[in-house]
Amino acid sequence: MMNFGFKIAPSATINLDNVDMEKFTLLHEMEPDVYKCMACGSCSATCPAGRFTGMSVRKVILDLQRGREKEAVRMLKGCMLCGKCSMVCPRGINTRHLILSVCRIYNEDKQ
Amino acid sequence: MIYQGKQKIWSEYQKEIPDDHWFYVRSCIRQNFFPGAEVMFMKICRDLLGKDIYEAAHHTTCGGIAYHCDTIPQETVMTIVARQFALMTEAGYENYVASCITSFGNYIEILETWNEFPEVEAKVREMLWKACRREFNKPKYVAHASDLVYKFRNDIAARAKFRLVNRKTGEPLKVVEHIGCHYSKMFPSKGVGGAEYPYVLCGMIESWGGNVIDYPERRHCCGYGFRQYHVKANRGYSIANTHKKFESMEPYHPDMIITNCPGCPYFLDRWQYAISELEGKTYGENGYGIPVFTYEEVAGLVLGYDPWDLGLQLHQVAVEPLLDKIGIPYDPDEKYRGINHKDLLKPEIPGVLRCC
Repeated sequence: MMNFGFKIAPSATINLDNVDMEKFTLLHEMEPDVYKCMACGSCSATCPAGRFTGMSVRKVILDLQRGREKEAVRMLKGCMLCGKCSMVCPRGINTRHLILSVCRIYNEDKQ
Repeated sequence: MIYQGKQKIWSEYQKEIPDDHWFYVRSCIRQNFFPGAEVMFMKICRDLLGKDIYEAAHHTTCGGIAYHCDTIPQETVMTIVARQFALMTEAGYENYVASCITSFGNYIEILETWNEFPEVEAKVREMLWKACRREFNKPKYVAHASDLVYKFRNDIAARAKFRLVNRKTGEPLKVVEHIGCHYSKMFPSKGVGGAEYPYVLCGMIESWGGNVIDYPERRHCCGYGFRQYHVKANRGYSIANTHKKFESMEPYHPDMIITNCPGCPYFLDRWQYAISELEGKTYGENGYGIPVFTYEEVAGLVLGYDPWDLGLQLHQVAVEPLLDKIGIPYDPDEKYRGINHKDLLKPEIPGVLRCC
């Protein structure tokens, strides 16, 4: 076998038909602003924990929309609830409140 | 559905292609990968069909490759393209035909931009004048070279010496057609059949006797994607696309692949070797790969040109099993002989992918 310095990247396909969106629907009822996110990444750029823990609100929202709950909740463990992301969000989403709602719905301890 | 209504909808997917008097611009990369393809297009149009196809010695790349690699801004590309149009104007032509799919998409994108933003066009005219004292008229019609071969497909079929048919069984060959993304995915109305039903290659295959295969990932990208390949760290994604396509077409046992883009045949051909080395898997019969051709090469083959004059020895995947299947004669000893029998030297045989 030849070493080209790269390999075939594993498939990143997510079958949304197999994703249970019940919790995300509940989250949307509690936090309608979750659909306002345009994934600009301002929250991730300003997050003081992001550099050390990989925390990113943008990724959390995308992961939850794609049914990757475990990854999202694991990421949220790095959040210090400082609220800087709320201050920079161009869509005015209260991200701090959103994070708390996510923790409540997705039941952090059981993930 | 009412027949007239159906006709009306389908008419939106048709493309008017002028018959003659074209200004031809070559691709910047095709001649390195498939050296016989563009020569064959000129031979077919000029010598076989007697068309007026003009080529200027001074034309350059369209800049599309750098534009899509994010290395130059669009204004720069526009000025390069404006110069090409100036060459066309100076030569007295109004119909512009590009050999490359990305060039074609680039020209269409620029003309549409100028249409929407005339001030940008004025700025580019000024920049061109400052740079090289040239002026231009916009082409009346822009086509891709495959549009012309599509238009002349029945003329080619009438002169064909071979058909895309298995000589032994009499069955039509199973052919995969792959359309370059920049042909009609950006501006669907500019391609034959639009983005949903691109018919440009299907028409050729059907006309020349083959059977088109429909498979799940038929409209998937070949994997090139410019910066996806050019950045080495991203090449795993590039080859993953190609791998996905081959996995999808494998159950249909295709005999060959026809493409109309410079990058697609290159990557569908060369990545078969890379996949065989990475995964130990080949997709053709008896350890061979699935041969990949440009539409000009296939036109040349059915017209009876020598496969080695078409440059098929430069393909990674061996073409000989397909030539045997169709019944096209070839001399194995001449494979690596160039013009005047110059020895081109034999390449090393890969470890997994079977080659002749």
